[in-house]
Amino acid sequence: MFYVLEYYLINYRRVWRGSVLSSFILPLLTMLGFGVGVGAYVTGGVEGVPYLDWMVPGLIASTALQVAVGESTWPVMGAFSWDRLYFAQAAAPLRITDILDGHLIFVVLRTLLSSAAFLAIAAAFGTLHSWWALLTLPIAALVGLAVATPTFAYSATITVDSYLSILYRFGVIPMSLFSGVFFPVESLPLVFKWVAYAFPLWHAVDLSRAATLGIAPAWSTAGHLLYLALWVAAGWLLALRQFRRRLVL
Amino acid sequence: MTLIHARGLVKRFEGFTAVDGIDVDVQPGEAFGFLGPNGAGKSSTMRMIGCVSPPTGGELRILGMDPVREGPKIRARLGVCPQLDNLDLELTVRENLTTYARFFGIPRKVARARADELLDFVQLTERADSKVEPLSGGMKRRLTIARALVNEPEIVLLDEPTTGLDPQARHLVWERLFRLKQQGVTLVLTTHYMDEAEQLCDRLVVMDAGKIVAEGSPRALIDRYSTREVVELRFAAESQEPFASKLDGIGERVEVLPDRILLYVEHGDEAVAEVQGRALSPAGVLVRRSSLEDVFLTLTGRTLVD
Repeated sequence: MFYVLEYYLINYRRVWRGSVLSSFILPLLTMLGFGVGVGAYVTGGVEGVPYLDWMVPGLIASTALQVAVGESTWPVMGAFSWDRLYFAQAAAPLRITDILDGHLIFVVLRTLLSSAAFLAIAAAFGTLHSWWALLTLPIAALVGLAVATPTFAYSATITVDSYLSILYRFGVIPMSLFSGVFFPVESLPLVFKWVAYAFPLWHAVDLSRAATLGIAPAWSTAGHLLYLALWVAAGWLLALRQFRRRLVL
Repeated sequence: MTLIHARGLVKRFEGFTAVDGIDVDVQPGEAFGFLGPNGAGKSSTMRMIGCVSPPTGGELRILGMDPVREGPKIRARLGVCPQLDNLDLELTVRENLTTYARFFGIPRKVARARADELLDFVQLTERADSKVEPLSGGMKRRLTIARALVNEPEIVLLDEPTTGLDPQARHLVWERLFRLKQQGVTLVLTTHYMDEAEQLCDRLVVMDAGKIVAEGSPRALIDRYSTREVVELRFAAESQEPFASKLDGIGERVEVLPDRILLYVEHGDEAVAEVQGRALSPAGVLVRRSSLEDVFLTLTGRTLVD
């Protein structure tokens, strides 16, 4: 498994400069655009804190979602259908779980890197209210894994990449919009509220917000963690099943 | 010890049987071939031997082990060159070898040294630090072969090693494989090129529709299933068929193909003289030695490459 991870890290070495740079630039632009721009309109703040401070933890979790899904779509599909890298790995003395887990760990590391960059920018803007804010990183890793595992399963199932846009339209985009990143979930109609609860992102947003603002989360922490862990477990089993189907003919 | 031992080996997919009860034994140091047209079951057999595809039925032992229970252990001692290259196009030529070596748990330092040796062996040293993407098909295939050797395997599996390569690139690959064979590496390959099988294989099986239809050395198969020489006649007409009856009695057998007629004979020149004696004037006449292509045609009534 670690040999597989090492392989992805060697591959990442080629692009890490550009990747790290964009990990910083994206949050920087978001902070300026949303915080300074939109924040100027929301003068009353949200739930008693300035809008920017309220939104930042949501964005950290949402960045984790974007990066984790991005790294689990084309790279996974391509490793089956284009450069067939997984087949090369399957011919070596690796088990299917090594191939899957090695790649997943790499995705989690990428997620952590981007979230850490965002956290650093957020700290520089003085939007963090508590040292608990550091906990946004393990939360980012967890939600990253919670979305990466089912996305791996999906990407391992399709053979045409236009199906990936369906995932974005019906998964990633609605999840990003309705999970309490930009406005409180409580202001949604009941049906959408339950959509937010069902997707993994809101749980990470609520936990992250509690961490950076130094308050208690809306749900119980254990409930959030368990629900995310459930996504990880179910997603992993599905991914393993699809990987088996493709690699063991 | 028998390296590969199969008895009644079967591979069924939903709705069809790809491999239909084959018996195979491969001995150390042998170059063993599976010859047959596309869809004969060669690649399915190779995947079962490569321990990435569990057999549906029958018995299979690789290096004395069970491929289903001991897959990783067996794969550690195999080298696999798949039909479609699956190199990492974004890594350099050398990195493709060193990263793959790591999957076998080979220490980095050893991997680097071995990569240099292998690049020398497949004549890619000059391209060691270039990306894989711009390499020619022949170079990529040589790199894939080098990658298959990175763990110093006891058996190298080559699935259609030269399919899609131009003649010059093919000869370079054959020459390298021949060198490997001389070093005592056991080669198992599939091909639908009879010349490839003749060049490389000590022994081969002819497969058709999932079954083995003949087995032996290329020479022995030709001696047994074909005549010494073949006369190819091309008549300038819509159909070759009407001419076949006029050739009755010449040679042992007449085979009519869409574009030519084959006469299986002991002495080609004598047969040509007889054809001309019957006042037939084919547009093209070619006398050649029998090949595995003829063996396949005799056994199945079809050509290898359509």
